[in-house]
Amino acid sequence: MSGGPLVIARDVHRDYALSGAAVHAVRGVSLEIARGEYVAIVGPSGCGKSTLLNLLGAIDRPTRGSVSIDDTVVSALPDRDATQFRLRHIGFVFQRFYLLPVLTARENVELPMAEARVATRDRRARARELLGYVGLAERAEHRPAELSGGEQQRVAIARALANRPTILLADEPTGELDAQTGNDVIELFDRLNHDGTTILVVTHDEKLAGAARRVVHMLDGRVVRDEPLLRRA
Amino acid sequence: MRLQLAILSLRRHASRTALAMLGVAVSAAMLLDMVMLATGMRESFSTLLGRNGFTIRVSPRGTLPFDSEATIGAAADAAAIMRRLNGVTAVSPVLGATIHVLREGAPVAAFALGIDPAVQGDYELLDGAHPTRADAIVASDALLAAAGARVGDTLDIAAGFDPQLQTYTGRRRLVVTGRARFLFLSATDRAAAIPLATAQAMGGATRADRASLFMVRTAPNVDAEPVRLAIERSLPRVTALSTAGAVAEAENRLSYFRQLAFILGAVSLIVGFLLVTTIVTVGVNERLGEIAVMRAIGVSRLHIVQQIVIEGIGLSVIGASAGLLLGLVTARYLNSILRGFPGLPDAIDFFLFQPASAFQSLGLLVVAGIAAGVYPSWRAASLPISATLREEAVG
Repeated sequence: MSGGPLVIARDVHRDYALSGAAVHAVRGVSLEIARGEYVAIVGPSGCGKSTLLNLLGAIDRPTRGSVSIDDTVVSALPDRDATQFRLRHIGFVFQRFYLLPVLTARENVELPMAEARVATRDRRARARELLGYVGLAERAEHRPAELSGGEQQRVAIARALANRPTILLADEPTGELDAQTGNDVIELFDRLNHDGTTILVVTHDEKLAGAARRVVHMLDGRVVRDEPLLRRA
Repeated sequence: MRLQLAILSLRRHASRTALAMLGVAVSAAMLLDMVMLATGMRESFSTLLGRNGFTIRVSPRGTLPFDSEATIGAAADAAAIMRRLNGVTAVSPVLGATIHVLREGAPVAAFALGIDPAVQGDYELLDGAHPTRADAIVASDALLAAAGARVGDTLDIAAGFDPQLQTYTGRRRLVVTGRARFLFLSATDRAAAIPLATAQAMGGATRADRASLFMVRTAPNVDAEPVRLAIERSLPRVTALSTAGAVAEAENRLSYFRQLAFILGAVSLIVGFLLVTTIVTVGVNERLGEIAVMRAIGVSRLHIVQQIVIEGIGLSVIGASAGLLLGLVTARYLNSILRGFPGLPDAIDFFLFQPASAFQSLGLLVVAGIAAGVYPSWRAASLPISATLREEAVG
């Protein structure tokens, strides 16, 4: 672990073809995120913020430029290594929660730990600890269909934290939630960051963006403004 | 956890999974039946011919046993020559003839075998004693029923009928000493065995010292082929056929059965493969978003493939196991129908369960099930994660 920025994106481009036409989703983005930061990326739909998040999370590769996390150039990793990197260093939260419907909340949280070969007893204890942290200890044995949207998103957050990731990446985490449950998630992110987790969220939700300590504005695939927010004490 | 996920994924659509397993079971049952049919008659025929250790059949030159009414003359000398050959432990002469059981009303026609009771290999005694006396006869149940006779009864039997004189020839009064099951005849055939000398005497001059067939027993450690060749060299008037040769001849005649069984078996295998492929592909396509998320959170491509392949194995193994039972039941039923064909030896089975062949064929189906899961799972696990998630989110 170095003392420099945790995430460094250098002149990142991402082009892809859509119905035969070239789409320049990300155009030369450079960005640094320090350890322990809480950053929100905002901008209109189609501005490239989700694409940038995917590039930073090593589930997509830049057409040009590089992304490194914790001194690892993730944009150059072969698929197998990128998968291992995501497993051990990155926690993902998606707008649609994407829990496995056949597993209980606890089993969903255990899934990344099972993949990382954590012993059954340890991962069970960790899953219960995380579900307690997100306020769902009593709902551990429920399946996703038996949980509300807000509860499912909290389970997804617990799953993202399972392997103690270096950074938590969230794509519109409040996008499918009502105001009250969205507030619960915002508070949870705030608490996570307070406890030391580095967080990067992509959002349209002004309230969620307002909870971050820094907001990066994107437009047409470019960063147009990068501003720290005044934080409440 | 992969096993747990695979089981839960199959249970997620329980009725679809059950129907798929049923389909695989039917496919497996058909495959098993075709394998049993392809090998059953050959094995059953081979076992039948090898019974009692007789490895060579000797018939008049150019004929197969009981293919014609031709006989071998100087049967006693021929038998003696064969007994002297190296490796021969016994020679059983057989003379086939039609007999008539005379009784009140219409006479009952039957097929009689003149045999040497000490070395015969044509029947199994069910009750009573072998026909060791000159006036003894053992009969099949069908003949006893038709003649209205029982063990201990005396029957008036003729070897022939002279149409000009309207009289029966070669008449004897023979005592039924036993009931027998004739191995090379069907259960409904009216059949009898009498001492060879009696059969020859009843046949008159045309049957004196003649035999339709010799069955030759060789020592267990002796290769029958050189003995067969030695017989043909010693007796130019005969054709000697080893059990292996007879089986090959039978196989040749039954090649249509085998081809049919092979084609239908291959079709069953392909149907099973396509069924599992379809079910796994449908299941995978429904879960593209889940698979992309699993990849995103760090589940390896290999583990996703393994989980989906386990689902294919589950479908195949359970389906094949049910198919084994279903196949055995249907084979038994079909066997009973086919064995009812007139003229077929009672001891012949069309469908013979051979564990090695059966498990090999079902194993092949399971392998097909594994192969069926590999492609759709690898394809799904190889889809670009971000694009798949975007499409799933839009969908």
